[in-house]
Order: sequence, then C-alpha cells, then structure tokens
Amino acid sequence: MTLFIEQLINGLQLGTMLFLMASGLTLVFGVMGLINLAHGSFYMVGAYATALVTAATGSFFVGLAAGIAVAAAVGALVELIVIRRLYHRPHLDQVLATFALILIFSEGTRWIFGSSPLWLNPPAMLSGSVTLPGGLRYPIYRLVIIAVGVAVAVGMYFLITRTRLGMRIRAGESDREMIGALGINIARLYTLVFAMGAALAGLAGALVGALQSVQVGMGEPVLILAFVVIVIGGIGSIKGALYGAILVGVVDTLGRVFLPGFFRQFMSPSEAAGVGSAIAAMLIYIMMAAILAFKPKGLFAANE
Amino acid sequence: MNKSNTSTLAPQPGLPTPAASWYDRKGLVQIGLLAFLLLAPLALYFLGHIYYVNLASRITLIAMAAVGLNLAIGYGGMVSFGHAAYFGLGGYVAGISAYHAFDFTPVIGWPIAIPGSDSMLVIWLAAILLCGLLALVIGAISLRTTGVYFIMITLAFAQMMYYFANSWPTYGGEDGLPIFLRNGLPWVDTNDALTFFLICFGGLVLSLAITSRIMKSRFGAALTMARLNDTRLATAGVSPYPIRLVAFVISAMITGLAGALYADLNGFVSPSMLSWHMSGELMVIVILGGVGRLYGPLAGALLFVMMETLLGGMTEYWQLFLGLVLLFVVLFAKHGVMGWLAGRERHE
Repeated sequence: MTLFIEQLINGLQLGTMLFLMASGLTLVFGVMGLINLAHGSFYMVGAYATALVTAATGSFFVGLAAGIAVAAAVGALVELIVIRRLYHRPHLDQVLATFALILIFSEGTRWIFGSSPLWLNPPAMLSGSVTLPGGLRYPIYRLVIIAVGVAVAVGMYFLITRTRLGMRIRAGESDREMIGALGINIARLYTLVFAMGAALAGLAGALVGALQSVQVGMGEPVLILAFVVIVIGGIGSIKGALYGAILVGVVDTLGRVFLPGFFRQFMSPSEAAGVGSAIAAMLIYIMMAAILAFKPKGLFAANE
Repeated sequence: MNKSNTSTLAPQPGLPTPAASWYDRKGLVQIGLLAFLLLAPLALYFLGHIYYVNLASRITLIAMAAVGLNLAIGYGGMVSFGHAAYFGLGGYVAGISAYHAFDFTPVIGWPIAIPGSDSMLVIWLAAILLCGLLALVIGAISLRTTGVYFIMITLAFAQMMYYFANSWPTYGGEDGLPIFLRNGLPWVDTNDALTFFLICFGGLVLSLAITSRIMKSRFGAALTMARLNDTRLATAGVSPYPIRLVAFVISAMITGLAGALYADLNGFVSPSMLSWHMSGELMVIVILGGVGRLYGPLAGALLFVMMETLLGGMTEYWQLFLGLVLLFVVLFAKHGVMGWLAGRERHE
C-alpha cells in the first residue's frame, strides 16, 4: 500500500511537470493556432541557464529565476524572428520549421556546452525527506515540485479568468480577427503568450534538471509526453491540459511499476518483465489512441 | 524513361488536363534526377568507389520511403508524423525473418508454424502485407480525427511501436538486431553493392510509377478532391473516408518496402528506424523536395543525404546547419527543390 501511495505521488509529480509544459503548448495552440515542436528546447534552455547561474552564484533560487527569465527571453526572440511568420501557414510548415528549431537548439547547445551533462542539485534546504501521514518517507524536493505545479495551475486559472490579459487570451482563442479589430495589439499579445509558455517550460526544465541531469535532448521525451497530454485533454484547453497531465503522469508511473508484476501472475518472471515493460512503455499511447478513437477532439475540446 | 511518369498531377475536375511531355522543363528535370541517381553510382562503381554506391542505395531507399509518405501528405493531405512506424516495421520484418532463418527457428510456432526466410521476395511480400495491415488499423482510427489531432495520433502510434521495439528483449530491444547475411534473391548476388543498388533503384522507379498511375486514375482524382474539399467530394457521392484510408495504406506499404530494403542495406535494424526523428526526417525530405510533387521526394532525399554527408564530413554539428537550411526552405522557399528546378505546378 505504501508503495502504491509513493508511486501515486511520483505520478502526480510527473503530472504537474507535464502540466507546466503542456499549459504553454496548449495556450500557444489555442491562441495562435501554432504547433510548436520546439517547446522542448525552452525546457532545455531553462535547465541549462539554471545550472550555469546556480554554479556561478551558488544559489539555486537565483539560478531558477535566471532560468525562467532566459527561457522567456529566448522564447520571445524566437517568436519575433521565426514563429510569427508561421501563424498563417499550414500545420505541416509549422511542424517542419519548429523541427528545424529543435535541430538548431540541440546542436547549438551541444556545440557550446559539449555532450556531457551539467549537474544541478536541489538546494540544501529542500534536499532531505519528510514523513508523510502513514509512515511514508518522501523527498521534500518532489513535494515542492508538486506544490509549484499546483501554484502555477491556480495562478493560470486566475490569470485566464480574472485578469485583462487573460480576457485577451480568451478573446484571442475565440476570434482572432475581432480582437485585432477592437484595437488590441495582437502581435504583442502573441509574443507575450509565447514567452509565457517558454517561461513555464523553462521552469519545468529547471525543476526537473535538479532531479535528473541537464543535457542536450532532455526536452524531447517530455515534449512528446506533453503533446500526448494536450491531445488527450483537448488542444487549446488549459483545464484539459491539467487533467490530461495528471492522467498521463499517474498512468505512466503506475504502469511502469505495477504492470510487470501483473503479468507475473500468469507468465514466467523473465517473460513478464519483458512484456510488462513493453506494455508499460506503450500504455499512455494506447490510452491516447483509445481516447481519440472515441472522442476525436480530446476530453475537453476547447473550440467547439 | 516512361512518358507516363512525367505528369505528377491528377487532372482536376473542371480544369483542362495539364499537357505533359517528357521534353518540357519539368520532364527534363525529372529525367535528369533519375539519370543522375542511376549513372553516378554506375560510374563510381567502375572506378572502385563502393562507398558511394552504398550511399546511392541509401538515397534511393530514403527517397522511396518519402515517395510513400508523399502519397499521404502531398496528394492525400494526411500529415502523418508516424511513417517511421512502417519504415521500421519493414526493417524489422527483414531482420526478424533473417534472424529465424539463420537460427532455423520458427517466427511463430503456434497456431501455425511460420518459418523464417532469408529470401527477399518473401520478406518484401511480408513487409508490404504487414505494413498494409498496420496502416489499416492505425489509419482506421486516426482518420477519424483531422488536423493537429491526426498529426499527433499518428505520432502516438509510431511511438508505441518505438517503445515496444525498445523494450521487447527477444529481438535485441534497444540494441537492435543485426542481419548477419544479407537476404538473397534467386539467381542474383545481392551482396554486390551495385546489384543491390539496382534492386533499390528498381523499387524506387516502381513506387514512382505506381504513385503516378494512382494519381491519374479516378481514385487519384477522388483523393485530390478529398484533400481540397471533402464536402464537395461527399456531395458528388464519394465518401472521403475510405478513399483516404486506402491511400494511407498504399502509402505505408511503399514506405514499409523501403524499410525492408534499408535494413538489408545496413545489415542492421534498430528502434531508431521507428523513432520520431525518422518520421521527422521523412517529412523534411518531402518538404525539401516539394510537397505533392511526384519527384519531390527524390530531389529532397538527394539534397538531404548529400547535405548530411558533406556537412557531416566538415563538422560534427552538421545538424545545426541542416536546421538552418530547413528553416530557410520552410520560411522562404515554399515550393521546395522541385518548385525551384521545375517550376510550379499549374494549380498553385
């Protein structure tokens, strides 16, 4: 039972990370109609900037702030130079151009910083673990990540529903031409939304970078997962991104831990390990295909 | 050179059929591309540069895989981000079949015993059938969605295949599966680099001819209409869904056959053939060459692999420059190499 609860919390932690990635991705799609494969690059940029600044200043929090700022700045720059030429293009061109951006970011980073990973440790005050009710020891840092994810989700909710910027974002989602006609500077709104998404991705990269290593290509697996999340949730829907992220995070984590054991009930241990891990790795994609087969626009389709 | 290969477009309803001839600008470019791909390796083979013959085989097979993808993306408007699934499945069919033929063990022991085979003919047939079957299942589900959802669900299915191959230990898992002896054909020495290149070249020409033939048929006209305006197609009494599905399946079969040959070329198949980078590369090649142009994939593959080889020889970070070139093409040269070499299609 403790194992189950521990893995459930691990799943939640993965889910909140995915939400940070997916919310930016889904906002950019909802408001600008853009598929951005390069979102994983901002995750990587955030992690690198955090690792470098943390190493230079000795403070994780200064590094984290720098990581978010650098990711936002790089996002704004990329939007100004490349992305804004893509809004009126077909999805195919968007996929291709942002695929090219991935190559440029990944290889550029490898050129500058080399292939070996950078190390980033969680701050000392967050290292250690706490005892949860029920006697389970759990690392503080992972709980903090969950808390950050929840805080961002709540913050996004207020931003979208209660502020003027949120009103503009919602207006942009429902009718792009109209808000332009009402005198809103669309170009600036787009840059802002894109930079915001990049900042969230950078935050996710920095937080996860302290758990794993900071290296080239770290954004790609997360990117694909984030796409699964927003497709399951319904592209353009923040609520969908939240539920999708939690669902994917929990299902993926629990599947990897418990499926091999499940198959061991009626298979030899070595076979069960093989089949179990193979099915577990495919599980979220199977789930996504099943959901799309019945709800072709995801669970919470935004623009209907 | 067959005259029928020179027209790439289905006649569009209501428009006069573009007059096609082998000696106009487009026809000459197409013949030139094919002739270059055929003659350069021939010449280099007799000069003793086997490396370049294998490089030409690689270009040919990548081009063939992209010809398959082009049928889905360019002609059918189905932006599949998961064609690596078929490329890799074709590769794994060749690898697994050869593995069992080498071991004298059956591929499947129950309910019927299917032995392995090291004959290319059997492998090609199996690869085409299995890829068609897989595409039938994937397409039947994916084509219920459109737009971004279609892009993402095809990606998801390819990722499923990727992770399955990665974690399935029997056939090497993430280490991949070597093919110790290149699979054979009756009366032909497939180990000879030039012979193998000619087999690949034959496959490419065949897939170009099939695509061209399809797009000139009534089916091709329906597929074009399904891309341009599916409501209008439905109004005309043709349901778009089965048309798209059949085109998607044929597209996967071509890509799968290319994958089976590609595994034999490398003597190796690994999950990287199924990865989303592979899907991306195939898309890149289609775009580089020019979307919906019959010879676009060939032009794209030539440019892509030569760029990879040249830049790869100069710098370890060649993908950075590849990215820059690609970005430039997408942003400023929308019609790809074929648009630049052979002029735009009339409907553009």
